Amino acid sequence: MTMITTMTNTLTNYLGYEFVQNALMAGTLSAILGAIVGYFVIIRNAGFAAHALSHIGFAGAAGAAILGLSSLEGMLLLTVGSGLFMGAAGDKVHRNDLAIGMVLSMSLGLGTLFLSLYSSFAGQAKAILFGNIFGVSGGQIGEMVILSLLSLAALAIFSRRLLFASTQPRLAEARGLSLPGLSMAFMAVLAVSVTLASQIVGILLVFTLVIAPAGIALRLCRSFWRGISISVALGVAAVWIGILLDCITGYPATFWITALFFILYILVEVYVRFFTRSDH
Amino acid sequence: MTPALQISDLTLSLGGHEILSGVNATIEAGEFIGIFGPNGAGKTTLVRAIIGTLPPTRGRVEVLGQAPGKAARQIGYMPQGHAGFDSTALSARALVEAACHGDRWGIPWTSRKSKEEVDRVLEVTDASHYAGRPFSVLSGGERQRVMLAQALLGEPKILVLDEPLASLDPKNQALLIECVARVKRLTHATILFVAHDMNPLMQVMDRVLYMAGGGAVLGKLDDVVTSASLSRLYGFEIEVVRVENRVFVISAEGNVAESECAHHDHDHDHD
Repeated sequence: MTMITTMTNTLTNYLGYEFVQNALMAGTLSAILGAIVGYFVIIRNAGFAAHALSHIGFAGAAGAAILGLSSLEGMLLLTVGSGLFMGAAGDKVHRNDLAIGMVLSMSLGLGTLFLSLYSSFAGQAKAILFGNIFGVSGGQIGEMVILSLLSLAALAIFSRRLLFASTQPRLAEARGLSLPGLSMAFMAVLAVSVTLASQIVGILLVFTLVIAPAGIALRLCRSFWRGISISVALGVAAVWIGILLDCITGYPATFWITALFFILYILVEVYVRFFTRSDH
Repeated sequence: MTPALQISDLTLSLGGHEILSGVNATIEAGEFIGIFGPNGAGKTTLVRAIIGTLPPTRGRVEVLGQAPGKAARQIGYMPQGHAGFDSTALSARALVEAACHGDRWGIPWTSRKSKEEVDRVLEVTDASHYAGRPFSVLSGGERQRVMLAQALLGEPKILVLDEPLASLDPKNQALLIECVARVKRLTHATILFVAHDMNPLMQVMDRVLYMAGGGAVLGKLDDVVTSASLSRLYGFEIEVVRVENRVFVISAEGNVAESECAHHDHDHDHD
């Protein structure tokens, strides 16, 4: 009983701190955007592109230090640029693994170069790779709100076409939709959401926010809107629980978020394989 | 009356390689046309020209008197093969809903009217009772009836079905053909049905478009599918054998040009 009281007190204390509030705010934003964009990533089979974009962001962040930009700006510049390139290179991105792989390795090479040129960046590099959820400033939150709103607004404009083109590309093409155009627009939005997510969980763990909630939702939900809602709910819940557990235990939020998703994934797989109707 | 499809002196190329040349054909509204030919004869290439995703190198295609791209909404199209959603639980209905007015801007909201439209097309192809299940658990025949339902959205005047029978067993082939025949009775749509084997379609089709050797002939089955006519088209000797209302097209070397269809499942005309 006393333990629970202590924990509640600790939590209440932490929730009063600005850095915790900022973390929750930033985490919620990137979880929502990641969950929605991730839904399309799974449907389009574009997991590798999402993975590559986050790593490409590393070079952007490292290069930004040299150019005097913030790491967020540097990452955005490079990921959106590469996203547009990948989108233009192939309407079906997963058919284009070689192009993605080449862009990815070149960017990591550049990242290494920048890191060696600018050694004081090394400390920041760890934060970029593994995330620094409690290091998000009020100014960054402002940037993140604007970027999330822009991305969601873009999706609100073309998501109907995107869903059609992602599920039935040949049909969509026959209806006059431009597959490369949609692909580029989507990759730009994906680049933004990957960059935002990496501010929270780090570049190496972007999958956690972009792939995990949507992937789990898509294993369970048969309709688009239910899938999107479950995906967002899972993403936001995991981020909040992860951050609060970090406050209580002192173990990193990123670890808790990934662990929550992994456990959930195992449970869902067991459920889908053994408890859903397989008769047909 | 404007023909459903007017093809004049049509030449189509892919990557600088001529696939079809000098094809002429006029298809009247309401006809059921079977389109046949060996692999690589350009069946899918012709389909792409009709739906407007491949511009002609020479000649022209007119769909209901319009350029193919302009007439896109008049065409219900069923592509060859189907997208893989084996890792998701997305239902067949969700896929059809995504295709319903999928070319509009905005968010993928399905209005009540669209829901009714989706219900209607699933009903026509006898797919409503399983449309709530994940697409990934459906059998080949069930999937094809969902894809056919999708092609019926918006009450198209022309249906272009690219190898819908590929990889189906005879029972499911018959079911699908019955569906298409029912659609034709209900809507009087023009049907362009690409298939590998003409035998399952004998009872329902009005005319045959036979493609081979870069060319094509259109006409009644009895006029087109004869040894003389097909030999001229292929450019070498072809024998047409009829056994109790069934037709087999055989080349002189004994290669069977047609009836390999039974084990012909991952079909992609290499064009």
